[in-house]
Formats: sequence, C-alpha cells, structure tokens
Amino acid sequence: MNYLARRLVRAVLLLIGVSALCFLFTEMAPGSFFDEMRLNPQISPETIAALRSHYGLDQPLLVRYGRWMKSALHADLGYSIAYNTPVAPLLWSRAKNTLLLTTTALLLTWMISVPLGVWAANRRGGLLDKTVNLASSFLVSVPELVIAVALLAIAVRWRVLRVGGMMSADYESLSAWAKLQDIILHLALPAFILVLAETAVIVRHVRASVLEVLGAPYVQAARGFGISRARLLFRHVLPVAANPAISLLGFSLAGLLSGSLLVEVVCGWPGLGPLILEATLSRDLYLVIGGIMFSALFMVGGNLVADVMLLAFDPRIRTEVMDAH
Amino acid sequence: MRTRTAILVALLAGLHLVLLFAGFFAPYDPTTQNRDLPYAPPTRLHFMDSSGFHLHPFVYAWKSVVDDNQSDSYREDRTHEYPIRVFVSGSSYKLLGICETSAHLFGVAEPGKVVVFGTDAYGRDEFSRILFGGQISVAAGITATLIALLAGSILGVIAGYYGRWVDESLMGVTELFLSLPWLYFLLGVRAFLPLHLSTIRTFFLLTGVIGLIGWARPARLVRGLVLSARNRNYVLAARGFGGSDVYLLRRHILPEAFGLLLTQAALLVPRYIAAEVTLSFFGLGVNEPVPSWGNMLSTLQQYSVLVSYGWLLAPACALVVTSVIYSSLADVFHSRLKSYST
Repeated sequence: MNYLARRLVRAVLLLIGVSALCFLFTEMAPGSFFDEMRLNPQISPETIAALRSHYGLDQPLLVRYGRWMKSALHADLGYSIAYNTPVAPLLWSRAKNTLLLTTTALLLTWMISVPLGVWAANRRGGLLDKTVNLASSFLVSVPELVIAVALLAIAVRWRVLRVGGMMSADYESLSAWAKLQDIILHLALPAFILVLAETAVIVRHVRASVLEVLGAPYVQAARGFGISRARLLFRHVLPVAANPAISLLGFSLAGLLSGSLLVEVVCGWPGLGPLILEATLSRDLYLVIGGIMFSALFMVGGNLVADVMLLAFDPRIRTEVMDAH
Repeated sequence: MRTRTAILVALLAGLHLVLLFAGFFAPYDPTTQNRDLPYAPPTRLHFMDSSGFHLHPFVYAWKSVVDDNQSDSYREDRTHEYPIRVFVSGSSYKLLGICETSAHLFGVAEPGKVVVFGTDAYGRDEFSRILFGGQISVAAGITATLIALLAGSILGVIAGYYGRWVDESLMGVTELFLSLPWLYFLLGVRAFLPLHLSTIRTFFLLTGVIGLIGWARPARLVRGLVLSARNRNYVLAARGFGGSDVYLLRRHILPEAFGLLLTQAALLVPRYIAAEVTLSFFGLGVNEPVPSWGNMLSTLQQYSVLVSYGWLLAPACALVVTSVIYSSLADVFHSRLKSYST
C-alpha cells in the first residue's frame, strides 16, 4: 500500500479510537450535567427525564455513539447543553484562534531551535553549546504553568505587552493596519511563552540528532577527503539529520497543544482552552468531546504534514514507496 | 558523578523530610485565617535597632496603614520587638498524622507574627501553606507515578512477553494515548467525574486519572525491554530447564527493567506534580481550604494580585526547585543506564 494512504488510514483509525475512548469515559462517569438540577426542588424529575431524552442521554452507549458518529460525518458534533447551540460552530470560532497561536509558536520555535541546535552541535563544547545546554536543561524541567505565570507577571508589571484577550476594547474603530498590530501585540506574550517552553525541548533533540550524524563513519571519511566544514555540514550531515527532526515535529505537536491550552487560560487568549475548561467545569458533555476531537484533529493533521515532509526530504521512504509499486 | 548523585539524593531526601514533617517546620496552621492581616508582605529579619546591634535576630509586627488611594499597605510597628525563637510551642497539629504535638521549629511570641513568605488574601501564612500544600502536591505526583508505572509495566510485560495479537492490540492502544495532547485528555476525563468531593477522594481521583493517562509510555519502554530480554540465551536456557513464565519474568526479565523504571519514575514525578498543580490551578483539583501548590497559585489569575503581591509566586518557586531536583536526578539515572547498556 502507498505510504501516504497508509498514514491516512492510521490517522482515521486514531480519530475513531479517540472518539470511542471519549464515549467510554462518559459511560463510566458517575455524574452528569443534570446532577445540579436534581438538587433543585423546583425542577421535577419528569422535566429532567424529558431533558435527558431530549439530548439523547437516556439511550444506551452504543446507540449514542452510533448517532454521534453518523452526525460527526456531516461535521455536526452534537449540541452544547450549557450554550444551547450546536457544538461545531462554537468550537470552530475558538479553534481558529488556537490555530493562530499554535502555528505562530510552532514556526517561531523551529526557526529558532533548528539553527541553534545545528550550531551548538557543530561547535560542540563551545560557549554557545554550553549556554544552550544549560539553559535548555533548566527550562525543560520548569513546568509550563510556572513559565506562563512568571512571564505574565513580568509583562503585566512592566506593561511591555498587551495582556488579556486577543483585541483591545477599541478594536473595531481601528484601521486595518492598526488592527493587525493590535492582534500581534496581544499574540506576542502567549506565543513567547509557548516558544520558550518548546524551544528548550526541541533544541536538545536537534542537537542530539546532528551530533549523532556528525559522529557517523561516512562523515569522518568525508572529512578525511578534505571536504570543507561548511559543505560537510550542509551537504552531508543536515539531510540525514532531517529525518529524526521531522518525526519530532509530529511528536512535539501534542506537547504544543497541551501547552497552548494552559497558556490560553492563563493569558486569557480566546482559544479552545478557556472554552474546554468552562465546559469541563459545567460538564457540558458534547462540548468536551468536541474539544478533544478538535485537538485530536489538529494532532492528526500536523502529523500528516510531517509525513508528507518526510516523504519529500527522505529518499529512503521514497524508494520504499517505489519498491511497493 | 558519584558526588553529584549523592548531593541530589540528599537534597531530595531533605525536601521530602521537610514536607513530611511540615507541621514541625511550619510556624502556623495552614488554614488559620487572620482577617486583619490580608496580603501582608514577608516579615523582615532585623539585627539592628535604636540600641545597636543584636546577635539574636528579631522581627517587628506589621501594622496596616490605609493610604490615600484606599489600598491597604503595611508598615513595621517599631514599638515592640519580637525575637525569633527556636523549638517553640504553637498551634497543635498531628505529626505524621499520628501523635498530637504543638512543637514548631521556629516562631515568635504572640501577638507577633513571622510570615516568611507573606500572607494570602485571608491572612494565612504562605510559608506554612507551601509546606502543607507540598505534602499534597508531591504525594499526588508520587502516587500517580506509581499508578502509571505499575499499570505500564504490567501491560508492557504482557505485550512484550506474549507477543502476537496481544502485543499488537496493546501497542495500538498506547499509540492512541500517546497521540493525544495530555492536557485536553486530562480535562476530558476530569469532566466526567464529580467536581466537589472530600479531599481524600479528590486526591485519589486525580492521581488515578493522571496515572491512567500516563501508563502508555512506560508500557512501551518495558515492552521493548522484555522483547529484547526474552530471547537472551540465559532466558532461553532457563526456559529449557523448565522455568515457568512467571519465574522467568520475575527472576530474569524484570530485574533488567529496574533501572529503566527508576529513570522513568524520576522523570514522571515532577511532570505529574505539575499535572496536579495545573488541575488545581484550573479549579478542578484539590479544593480550598486545603492547600495545594496549584490552588495557591490560582489566586494569581487576577492580574491585580499578580502585580501587587509578588510573594504569592512562592509556591511556583517551590515547584521549580522540586522539578529541577527530580529532573537532574533523572538525567543522572539516564546517563548511568546508557553507560551500562553500552
């Protein structure tokens, strides 16, 4: 089977698995959205039963899951109980902001950590290498929540960046250019927190994978032939070191999305994070499931992009595809 | 290398001892409120007064002053000095949850107060709350790690040892768990569980949920190890002599996994402490008035508190210190493991 088709099938299976897992958890859960209502003497048990059947919560698990699956295929993820609107548009309006934040952070992270990691590996033991090593090993062990709160404290105290939300109060009255500027100023803090936390992880991996290739026998042979240091690095080392780095891109997405949820809540960025948190607190069943599905969708989508990049960069995978034909 | 390991282990042991005997090291009860002392800054230690230098350090009490813009601030009340005393008797507590005692490491005579890291909105001593909160946060991290490692190694051994379809289906499930962003997943699972519970039940619920999500990575690592150990010559020989599956696993395969599990534990504990802290920060974990590092930090979600009362960041510092010690230890274990295997 084709490499990409195989990856696609895996992605779909993963999404099905995640949704099944979500429904399994709802079944095992002892409480529901209507628990608080039940305590209210003004609401009769009949009303609650009617509401339950209205949202289809009285059906057995498999029926509910089947129905949900069927509608999910038409991009309908059910109905929010707390907001009383369909879940999908609600999530999508927030997911756009999460996407903006995470892609910005992702691009910046890789633009910083790849050159930094390659340079550190190329000048092993040098001043930059030591600094990068020390800083990243410290930052890796600092929990993301602490990074977020500390940077937020600095930003709020010294008023360096705009804090809270995505736009200023007078956003609508601004010109197009000023609007863009406003969003960028609001984006800067959450993106910076994410970049700081993620760079620490990725720079280490990039450095390690470049170092591994630098030590390979063929590189030493090439050095023996008198190939210049720069040509050796760019022509012989980096293409080989690209494979693990690209695989890492796929793996790092899960961490990035988790971090983004946290940062969104701390900084008040109107992404999926605050919405999911609210839904969790009010036990808005389908909204929570929808949120998890969106995050899984981002993950799977990002992994597919990484797979395509791997196909483009790594000739070994291309020949594997050729052999299959 | 050896001294570094020794220092790290000593630091870790010291940290846990302080947390274990929190009641002794903390000068006050973590839940006692002082409504006349909200957001008091950390007490300053003095050696000098009008009569000159004293070898014995002393403190002044905070006196609240209402200034023009209505925000209350504090000034030291210089009329009375309170010398710091060691081994004083104060509020009573249960040491290790067993014996009732009222001995504290340090304190000052009433009505003076020594608030090392200041006080929070209800005038509770932040330092005492950090110690007691650390008990909960660190214990949650350790318990969740034990759950994850236990579940992970059992399933990993089953997958690695029995192979075939058992292996394939279990590894499929781990892939599912590993591919999800853990925080979304954590919130999702938490959403279906009751919100307001007693502290003990919340604690076990939280650790259960965190461990349940975290079992996948140790399971994969253990599986890989069992897979390679299964076909070693000495294992095959032992099987040839009629050793049962359980015997082979217990005697020959699991001892190899010990170093790996120890490294994983040192790696996972700080991560799971952070998970508990994050959940409590969101208001989904341990509830007030019981302190945990997470719910102490959650007051910082108000920008005004974050700006004006910097000492409330102290739990974050405690968290960083704990994390750094654990991760350095994990690094040491990891490099040891590598030097053994090569």
